Amino acid sequence: MNKVYNNRAWWLILPMLLLVAFSAVIPLMTVVNYSVQDVFDANTRFFTGTEWFKEMLNDPALQAAVLRQFAFSLTILAIEVPLGIGIALIMPKKGWQASAALILVTMPLLIPWNVVGSIWQIFTRGDIGLMGWSLRELGYGYNITSNPVDAWATIILMDVWHWTSLIALLCYSGLRSIPDAYYQAARIDRASKWAVFRYIQLPKLTNVLVIGVLLRFMHSFMIYAEPFVLTGGGPGSSTTFLSQSLTTMAIGQQDLGPSAAFSLIYFLIILLVTWVFYTAIMNMQKDNNKGA
Amino acid sequence: MSLNLENIDRVVGGETHIADMNLTLEPGSFNVLLGRTLSGKTTLMRLMAGLDTPTRGRVLMDGQDVTGRSVRHRNVSMVYQQFINYPSLTVYDNIASPLKLAKVGRAEIDRRVRSIAEMLHIEHLLDRQPLELSGGQQQRTAMGRALVKDADVVLFDEPLVNLDYKLREEFREELRAVFSERNCIAVYATTEPAEALALGGNTAVLHQGRLLQYGPTADVYHRPSDIRAAEMFSEPPINIVKGTLSGSEISFDNTLHFPVGNDLSALEPGEYRFGIRASHISLTPRAKSDIEIHMVVDLAEISGSETFLHVHNEHFYMTVHLEGVHEFRVDSPVKLYFPAHKVYAFDHEGAVVHIPTHLRGI
Repeated sequence: MNKVYNNRAWWLILPMLLLVAFSAVIPLMTVVNYSVQDVFDANTRFFTGTEWFKEMLNDPALQAAVLRQFAFSLTILAIEVPLGIGIALIMPKKGWQASAALILVTMPLLIPWNVVGSIWQIFTRGDIGLMGWSLRELGYGYNITSNPVDAWATIILMDVWHWTSLIALLCYSGLRSIPDAYYQAARIDRASKWAVFRYIQLPKLTNVLVIGVLLRFMHSFMIYAEPFVLTGGGPGSSTTFLSQSLTTMAIGQQDLGPSAAFSLIYFLIILLVTWVFYTAIMNMQKDNNKGA
Repeated sequence: MSLNLENIDRVVGGETHIADMNLTLEPGSFNVLLGRTLSGKTTLMRLMAGLDTPTRGRVLMDGQDVTGRSVRHRNVSMVYQQFINYPSLTVYDNIASPLKLAKVGRAEIDRRVRSIAEMLHIEHLLDRQPLELSGGQQQRTAMGRALVKDADVVLFDEPLVNLDYKLREEFREELRAVFSERNCIAVYATTEPAEALALGGNTAVLHQGRLLQYGPTADVYHRPSDIRAAEMFSEPPINIVKGTLSGSEISFDNTLHFPVGNDLSALEPGEYRFGIRASHISLTPRAKSDIEIHMVVDLAEISGSETFLHVHNEHFYMTVHLEGVHEFRVDSPVKLYFPAHKVYAFDHEGAVVHIPTHLRGI
């Protein structure tokens, strides 16, 4: 039999190729371009190789920002995931209460980032902010502009307030998809509430939780507007996270080469952590399924 | 352990789900709840289990009033239409779960789990998780969980609906074997008359939340108390034809006349509704005395190796249950035969007034 080779079908992927090129490859390559050169003006540039990358990796300020960033992301995950599951568990299941609860829970998610920052900026002010003023009246010298602990606590509180809803909503939908018969069967078995949670609800939530944790990790790792508006990265650099360091470098100081190198490192960190997390969870599930 | 339901009503949001239910289930009995969807089978089971409480009436176990007692304080187990198991636990742990919660000793748990698993032919799957199993194996696991704890009442809510035909036959036989050695009350809900007949035991025919009839399965099938029960407990439903009985003759809608057999002659002359089972009608006469009727084919519905033939004449419709696959042209005439001595008679209120005496087989 003669096989006819006709590769005209390759033309069909051309639109997709163009789309991906314009949306991802070309912008990314621009950054790569800057990261290996020192550009002075349109006609003057020097090839620098890996110099910018080495400089960035050895910069103590950036190293501190990376650590700060991990501390922040892990802290908010540790709070938001259990809290979100808890909220989903106590949310009403039917009737108007369910709708009301859903709207109430969704509300923080609808507020733009910089608005959240502004809201909390006012909320925490010592003179006119409800929280700042109350804490001071209670005798605690609360001040986010001079006390790093206060600043950190406030940013974490703000993020928990803004984003726990996402986890709660994901878990709520996961819980709703468990057939009633499971709960009935558990009641007939005389299983405790804890057993129902541990052996029915939690296993059924694994998938949505993986998505929730991944989203929240990526999101929080890129956090910018909220702390920028609330604390401006201070006091000192105690709340300066990665994206703010980057912005300062790229926009404020016009250090395009180093910031391009840094952007790529930043991107690779997120990619790496996400991949490791995802693979770990998937392997865990596979092991479980083997009955190990 | 006997279970009594006394004058049970269950009303939800103004809608009556169960009305005036009286039922006594004997210890060690196997009971089938037969009824179509929305006939109240599941509601009734939930009441028996204590998952719901009746709006009116009492539930007695061994003469003791347990009406308000929640399922947590009763000793029941239940198997569902969906395959319900703990998703993250192995088959072994799933079957062991009721015993663990009841604080049974570890050696005893192991012994009972293994013997149940062997009985259900899943002993080689004990280390697997439910989602790695086929539907039949998942349902066996769920049954293992229900059977392992020696419940007083074991409830099956259409457990075989989601399984294939062969597996269902296998399951039914095993189920009867399992319960023949136990002294608990088994209750099995189904929509299919054939399944009720295959399971045997006792059958309760339900319709729109009411109990139509309860008794030994074969008895309920052969001696329906009224038209409704006869219709519910036959697939395809028994054919009902209006007719007149006058002295020595029955006439169906004044068109088909045939002589009355001895056993019908005791009835008062008058208007009746006559019932002929779809399986009693045939394409060729089985005896000389069979009555011939001329009908026109509407549709031949082939189901497995059987054919449901829908026919009509100017006055009435009939469905015929034929063995084997038969093809008929629509609107073609067909001659059918049925034995006059196998005809049921119902009065104008639907109550049965005559049951044929020569009943053999189904």
